[in-house]
This record gives sequence, structure tokens and C-alpha cells, in this order.
Amino acid sequence: MPKQKLVIIGAGMAAGRLLEHLFETAPDAFDVTLFNAEPRGTYNRIMLSPVLSGEKSYEEIVTHDDDWYTEHGVTCRFGERVVAIDREKKIVSGENGDVPYDRLVIATGSNPFIIPLPGHDLPGVLAYRDADDTDRMIEACKPGAKAVVIGGGLLGLEAAAGLRLRGMDVTVLHLMPTLMERQLDPSAGYLLEKELSGRGITIRTGANSKEIYGKDRVEGIRLDDGTDLPASLIVMAVGIRPNVAVAKNAGLDVGRGILVDARMQTSDPSIYSLGECVEFEGNCYGLVAPLYEQAKVCAAALAGSADQAFVHTETATKLKVTGVDLYSAGDFTDGDDRDEIVFRDPARRIYKRLVLKQNRLIGAVLYGETSDGAWFFDKIRKAEEILPEARATLIFGQSFAGGAPLDPMAAVAALPDEAEICGCNGVSKGQIIGAIDKNGLCDLDGVRACTKASSSCGTCTGLVESLLAFRLGDAFAAPAKKTVCGCTDLGHDDVRRLIVSQQLKSIPAVMQELGWKTSCGCAKCRPALNYYLIASWPNEYVDDGQSRFINERVHANIQKNGTYSVVPRAWGGMTTAAELRAVADVVDKFNIPAVKYTGGQRIDMLGVRKEDLPAVWADLNAAGMVSGHAYGKSLRTVKTCVGSDWCRFGTQDSTGLGIKLEKMMWGSWTPHKVKLAVSGCPRNCAEATCKDIGVVCVDSGYEIHFAGAAGMEVRGTDLLTKVTTEADALEMCAALLQLYREQGFYLERIYKWSARVGIEKIQAQIVDDAENRAALYARFLDSQRNAQTDPWAERASGQKDAHEFSELVLAE
Amino acid sequence: MERWIDVCVVDDIPVRGSRRTRFNGVEIALFRTSEDAVYAIENRCAHKGGPLSEGIVHDCAVTCPLHSWVFDLATGKARGADEGQIQTYPVEVRDGRAVHVRFPAR
Ligand code: SRM
Ligand SMILES: Cc1cc2nc3c(=O)[nH]c(=O)nc-3n(C[C@H](O)[C@H](O)[C@H](O)COP(=O)(O)OP(=O)(O)OC[C@H]3O[C@@H](n4cnc5c(N)ncnc54)[C@H](O)[C@@H]3O)c2cc1C
Ligand code: SF4
Ligand code: FES
Repeated sequence: MPKQKLVIIGAGMAAGRLLEHLFETAPDAFDVTLFNAEPRGTYNRIMLSPVLSGEKSYEEIVTHDDDWYTEHGVTCRFGERVVAIDREKKIVSGENGDVPYDRLVIATGSNPFIIPLPGHDLPGVLAYRDADDTDRMIEACKPGAKAVVIGGGLLGLEAAAGLRLRGMDVTVLHLMPTLMERQLDPSAGYLLEKELSGRGITIRTGANSKEIYGKDRVEGIRLDDGTDLPASLIVMAVGIRPNVAVAKNAGLDVGRGILVDARMQTSDPSIYSLGECVEFEGNCYGLVAPLYEQAKVCAAALAGSADQAFVHTETATKLKVTGVDLYSAGDFTDGDDRDEIVFRDPARRIYKRLVLKQNRLIGAVLYGETSDGAWFFDKIRKAEEILPEARATLIFGQSFAGGAPLDPMAAVAALPDEAEICGCNGVSKGQIIGAIDKNGLCDLDGVRACTKASSSCGTCTGLVESLLAFRLGDAFAAPAKKTVCGCTDLGHDDVRRLIVSQQLKSIPAVMQELGWKTSCGCAKCRPALNYYLIASWPNEYVDDGQSRFINERVHANIQKNGTYSVVPRAWGGMTTAAELRAVADVVDKFNIPAVKYTGGQRIDMLGVRKEDLPAVWADLNAAGMVSGHAYGKSLRTVKTCVGSDWCRFGTQDSTGLGIKLEKMMWGSWTPHKVKLAVSGCPRNCAEATCKDIGVVCVDSGYEIHFAGAAGMEVRGTDLLTKVTTEADALEMCAALLQLYREQGFYLERIYKWSARVGIEKIQAQIVDDAENRAALYARFLDSQRNAQTDPWAERASGQKDAHEFSELVLAE
Repeated sequence: MERWIDVCVVDDIPVRGSRRTRFNGVEIALFRTSEDAVYAIENRCAHKGGPLSEGIVHDCAVTCPLHSWVFDLATGKARGADEGQIQTYPVEVRDGRAVHVRFPAR
């Protein structure tokens, strides 16, 4: 039988593998012509990263050299692009001439996506796809020169690491809040960011590029927040698009990719397609494993066998940056029908997360220790059932799995004596058991005092308790401790302390380093962590709006029907005719159904539609009014009475002091809401003695009261101290508020905090210790520098969170 | 007939956040989780009609802003002790970015 003419367009990784299978199964069936736009045959594209970093040479990654093609009689048309297919005549047209075919295979891969920013076509702006791009990057490398990589995905990070190893000063710009968000969850993304930053790569997440500039070649890039980053090299690695041009022009059925069936046949029975250019059952591919499967199936189909079919499977990813161990596979999104097993070892920077569905493993993210990746992946692909006994130890991987199923107690029992329990202090199981026996220890504090185990980060506390239980049996009663929520074993005090001592500055950092048991927390712990981070790092922490309750996120109070109420500040309860007029106009203009004086001396406009909020605020802003924070765990109102300005009994300017306090404290975030009042004399018309902080003016000065309540609990204040000048009163109140901000647990009002720590202790720190008071005061003022921006103005101008106030309109 | 509508791109929805839209007079909330999965669900809490779009998103769930019921975004079912289920709509993210939602027949 005469040989059939087989033409292949594209000599990439899929085509290379196809030829290998084809020559194995049907060595004499075809006369092969192989076109490739690149001026070379198949090489291992995924190894371009080690070539870029200098760890490998191009020659080492070639998989099919000239000899191989000669040996198999392949006619190579390298460096020649196919421009058209004539399906009727069965002819393929290359740039240098036509070739007839009986069977045709399209394996054109994909094209890197280039963001059409101004300046994207300047010399020095590169994509990262083939050997030529890699050469150009290597050429552009000058130690100390600046490079910017756009895209913090797999490719971008490999490019960044490679350029860094060649001595470049590299910045990665990533639009999303965490790196590689398609393959990693935020916890693993955080660890990766920390690792790469440690290597001297600057990572900017949430970065939106605006324009690339330069005269004859690239000189830098500007972001839409105005940041200007000079750079002599810019690499765009923001994604790929299936390369379907030739197929589409030939009239084949094309969706996102070239549509193929399970035998890799296109809509034309003589034409097959495989690789990144295809779409199969709605899926396109960007990793080689499934493409190799396609190659096997396609070879069989070409050889005339119909018994092989391609099936869609999950893929696994590994980042090829030397020294970074990271693995992700399958589907690791959450769901009601799924549960997760999370393991974190902060000391060794390990994070592992497994996602199960109906007792089957469906996804895995591993960071820091990936040796079990393939084992997990195998379970995912086989949809193997995980038996309940095996579940507890599944996350410990293969080496653990063979043995008998273990409960946590049995697991510690099984650990060798030299196993490290406390990573921070290097304490082994043997040392702890020894200390328990020798000193007759019976609780956690004893172990902490004797061995230091669990006394630093506290994440091994559970293990130490298991050891105590193992050694002492029923004699050990685990302490009942109030934890922040079900996501952690730590209480608020530990979390607050560790955020500061371990310098944790983001929510993923806290969750990783403190061993959170869930991947992204819950509605209880996230707002608490967000507050603790703001209070601990006022000048650095970037507020996470999505971890705030809706009222604080949109700066208005949600009502039972989904509308909002708006309460502007009225400093010290004062107002003016102009302000009242502006309020009246706003009420008319936006048809606001209700207006009310509140119990806190403010005006409340109720029933505002969410879409109207920015416009309502703009009008109030125009009349000089700002947010009253009636919605926040923050400073609420400072009630005053008329005081010495008007009242016949007034001893001091209570209204003036109230206004000064409110102007000093507005905008500050606190563990719970904070309400103040200032009364001009002991008749106390402003009800100062049932407030969080209350000032009662007397002839000889100012009584500072605190820890009052008049809500769910009614409680008169305690006297903190008495001062003589207004300036002292301001300092005392601010120092008190700052101490509460630094010590209070989230959702703990001042009176509860005071009951927990004790009035004397608070007095000792603020009243008796002038130096400490001054330091607290200074810290408060410092944190206020960043806090006092009117949130309404930011939103009224459309600059912030515009998505909150508009609906998506369907194009029907 | 049921139909798929291209509603927005993934980046129009904040991570761990939501957007609202309306189909045939029904308010619908689109959610995006920390892993970039997108869900569509009727924007009415099974308890007292609270707007779920305004809730806090954590793992694959949202906590209602009014009285803190928690709903699974994939199934629309209330979690924990509460009982109730909300209409969900199938979502497909095409091309890695375009959010398509399947709406029922009018
Ligand atoms: C508007 C107002 C009632 C009014 O029309 O007068 C009001 C309205 C609400 N109060 Fe209040 N409280 C109002 C004065 C008070 C007062 C009196 C005062 O401030 O002098 C108290 C007692 C004093 C106190 O705080 O201890 C008060 C004790 C509470 C409590 C109980 C707090 C506690 O720890 O015991 C809550 C519940 C909470 O915060 O967890 C609460 C919660 C609320 C919330 C935020 C309930 C909610 O979550 O939706 C209400 C918001 C309505 C809205 O959308 O505007 N409200 N609430 C008052 C606004 C004052 C202001 O100008 O800012
Ligand atoms: C730097 C880098 C690192 C990667 N790392 C990994 C990894 O770690 N793991 C992993 O699984 N995957 C990785 N990938 C992805 C992997 O390389 C691809 O999935 C794989 O190469 C796709 O194979 P393909 O044959 O479909 O396309 P390609 O290998 O792109 O081959 C397509 C070929 O067709 C040619 N061509 C296109 N149009 C025409 C035309 N009209 N005429 C003639 N020729 C044409 C192109 O020049 C190209 O040579 C990486 C990719 C890159 C760029
Ligand atoms: S209590 Fe004192 S300050 Fe207040 S109104 Fe009465 S007299 Fe004036
Ligand atoms: S309306 Fe949602 S919990 Fe009550």
C-alpha cells in the first residue's frame, strides 16, 4: 500500500509526542511533512525556565534533533509558517509553497496574550513563550538593571526567578491580591510571596498597569495608581489564547479552541488537531500532561484504530523555581458537599490542604513539602474512596498511610522520642515526656515553664496537650479555653500577642503562621483579624474590606429591607442652619422616607437606596458634613451639653471639649463601638456617667470616667482620675482609648475590657505612669494620621469601591 | 427555553465579594470566592429576605448581613442548625474570564 501523505502544522510538544507514538505503532504508514513557524524542531518548552535562569542550556532541552527527523524520514519545513489550508483540494500552503495531504494535523499551540497597553510594542517588551523570547530576555539581562514582569502566575514567576538569578532587579506586577490564584489558595500564595520577596523579588499585588513608556525602547511602566517603575525589560506573562487562526480561516468549527471529538478529529474528518490549540468538551489546556494523552489518542486514530478515546482529567501544577516546593492539583474550591483537611507547620513553612467530596479526594494544594503530591494526585485521578479510618492521617501522606489507622493520641504515641514537637524552641517529644515525669507536671503551663515548648507561637499547643493526655491519662484535664472561633485553637489574647511578636501583617500571614484550621477563615474571625492588624500596624496594613461587616464596608447602616441609613457627624452635637438646610434638601432630592433625631444627638436619614448613597454623600460633603461612623466599631458620638457657653451652672466649656475630643478621635477603629459624652457640671445632662468614656466638668477641672454602659447592660462609670486642664483631659482620654485599642478583644466594649483586666491595672498604666501615658497618646495620634479620611468623600468621588453601588446590567 | 447570558467578567466581582444583577425582576447576587470560583444565587435570604450580596463571603458560603444565617453558595442550602434553601443558577467561567449564568425560561 502506498504511504499516505500526513502534514503536521506546528512542531511543538504535542506534535513531537504524536510523532513518537505514530512511528512506534505505524512506522510505515505515512510520509510526514512537518511545518514549524519557529526555526527549529521540537524542544522541551517547559524547560525554558531553567534555560532562562542559566541552570540548563538550550541544547540540553532539545527532544528531537536533526538526526531524529532524518532517521524517521520526516520532511522538515522549519521556520516556515502555514498560511492557509484548502480543504477541498486538500492542500496546505506554507510561506514557501504548497504541500498536498491525505491527513492533516493542526498542532499550533497557543499565543501569549499581550495586554494592549500604550507602549506594548516598544522594543524591550517581551512575551515568554519560545526559545527566541528566552534568548532576548537573556540578552537584555544586565546585573542591576531593572525588569518588570507583568503577571504573577506560573510563567511570570518562573520568568521573574530566572531574571533575578541573572542579577536583574525584578518587580512582579500582579492584578490579583495573591500570587498564582488559579493554582493556589491565599495561604499558599502568601508563603510563596514571602519566599520570593526573600529572594529579592519585589511583588506588587493588586497592581493595575496603565501604560508602558519609552522613546526608542522601553524605559518604564506606570500603574493606574500613579506609581512609576523604571525598567529596561518588561515581560508580559498574563495568559495564553489557543492559536486557531489557520483552522478558523479554513472554516473548521472553532470555539475558544479548535473543536475536536474524543479521537481528536475536527469537524473535517481528514483533519485532526491536538495540543493547546484545541477545545474538548469545553476545556482548553495549558499544561503538557493532557496533551501527551491527546498525542497517544491521535496517533492511534491516525493509525486507524478506534479503541482509544481522550477523556478530560484534572491537571497538576508545580512551579519550577529551584528551592520553591509547591504543588497543586485538581479542584480545591470549597463547597457544601466538600470538606477540607488543613495542615500547617509554621516553623517549617509548610502548608497542605486537601479537599474531599463524598469521601473522595478531589483537590490538593501543597507548599513547602510536596513529596506526596504525586500520591495525592493519583488518588484524585482514580477517585479512590478514602476510608474513614484513613482520613485522620491522610494529610501526612504516603509514609503514614501504610500503617495502622491512628487517632491523634495514637499518633503522638507513635512518634519517635526525638520527634520535634515545638519548632520554635526545638523541644522534642522525649524532653517533654521527661519533664512531665521528672517534675510531676500536670498541665500546659507546667510544660511551658519547664521546657518552653508551646510558649512561643503556641501552634504546637494541641500536640503538647495530646502528650500530656498520653502520659497522664485521665489525670489530665484539657483546659477549656475560649477560642476566637472554630477556625483556630487560639484565644483572642494569643492572637493579638502573636500578631505583634511575630510581626504578622496580613490575614493570610496570621492564618499561616498561627496554624488556622480553615483556608480562609469565617465571618467571625476575619473581622477580628482585620481589626487587630489595623490596630497593630496602623501605617502599613492595607484594610481588607471583604473582611468587614457590610455596614463598615459601605459606610452606612443596613436596614431590614436592604436600604441604608445615613448619619452625618454633628461635632459635639452642634449643627448649623446651613447643615440643616442641606439635610432637608438631600431628603427631598432623594425621596428619603424617614428622618429622625437619634439617641446620640445626631440626625439619621433612613431608607436610602444603596445606589443613591454616593450621591447623597456628595451633597452632604458639599455642605461640609462627613461620615458619622454610626455603623462602625469605631468612635461614634460625643454627646455634650451646652456647658459654660450658655448654661447658668456650666463650669467649663463642655461643648468645646466634646468637639475637640470628637475631632481628635473620629475615624479611629476600635474593638467595639465607643461613645463619649461631656457634661458641663455634675448635673450631668449629657449622661456622661453611662458612656464608654465620660467627662464631667467641675470647678476645679475635669473628672474622667470610663466603663459605663446603657444598652444590654446598664452600668454607671468608674472614675479613672481627675485632671486640671483641658489639654490633660484630651491626653488622658486618648491614652485610655489607645490602651483599649491595643488590649481589647474584638467585640468587647470598654466596660467588659475593664472588668477583664481590672481598673487598677488600667489606672497604673495611664494615670500613674506619665511616660506610658505620653507614649500611648503619641501612638494614638500616629495611627490617626491614616485614619482620618472621610470614607464618604472617597466613595462619592467614585474612586473607591464603585462596584458596591452599581448593579450589573444584563445585555439581554 | 433556558439560556446562558454573558453577565460580566470575573474581575468585575471583588475577590470574596459580590455583585448584584437582575433577571426578569428577580434580584440575583453573583459571588466570587477566594479561589475565584463564581456562583449565582437569588439575592433573598430564606430567613427574612435579607440581601445576601451584602454578606461576608468565606470559603464557599456567605453569612447573611441581617441575622447571620450562613448559606452554601453552591447548593443554596442553609448551613448549621438553620433550615432553608435559596434558588441557585448554574455559572460557567468561559475563557478563564467571562462569567456566563444560565437563567430559566421566562
Ligand atoms: C439610631 C439609634 C437609635 C435612635 O434612633 O436614636 C440607634 C440605632 C441602632 N443601635 Fe443603638 N442606637 C442609638 C443609640 C443607642 C444608645 C444611646 C446612646 O448612644 O446614647 C445606646 C445605649 C448606650 C450604649 O451604647 O451602651 C444604644 C445601644 C445599642 C446596643 C447595645 C450595646 C451594648 O453593648 O449593650 C446595640 C447592639 C450592638 O452594638 O451590638 C445597638 C445597635 C444599634 C443598631 C446599630 C442596630 C443594628 O445593628 O442595626 C441600630 C442602627 C440603626 C441605624 O441603622 O441607624 N445600640 N444605642 C441611636 C444612634 C445614636 C447615634 O446618634 O449614633
Ligand atoms: C516558559 C514555559 C514554561 C512552562 N512550564 C510548564 C510546566 O512546568 N508544566 C507544564 O505542563 N506545562 C508548562 N508549560 C506549557 C507547555 O509548554 C505547553 O502546554 C506545551 O508546550 C503546549 O504544546 P503544543 O504542542 O500544544 O504547543 P507548542 O509547544 O506551543 O507548539 C506549537 C508550535 O506550533 C508552531 N506554529 C503555530 N502556528 C503555526 C503555523 N501557522 N504554521 C507553522 N507552525 C505554527 C509554533 O511556532 C510552535 O512551535 C510551559 C510553557 C512555557 C512557555
Ligand atoms: S447639667 Fe450643668 S452643664 Fe448641663 S445643662 Fe445642666 S447646668 Fe448646664
Ligand atoms: S434575613 Fe438573613 S439571616 Fe435573617
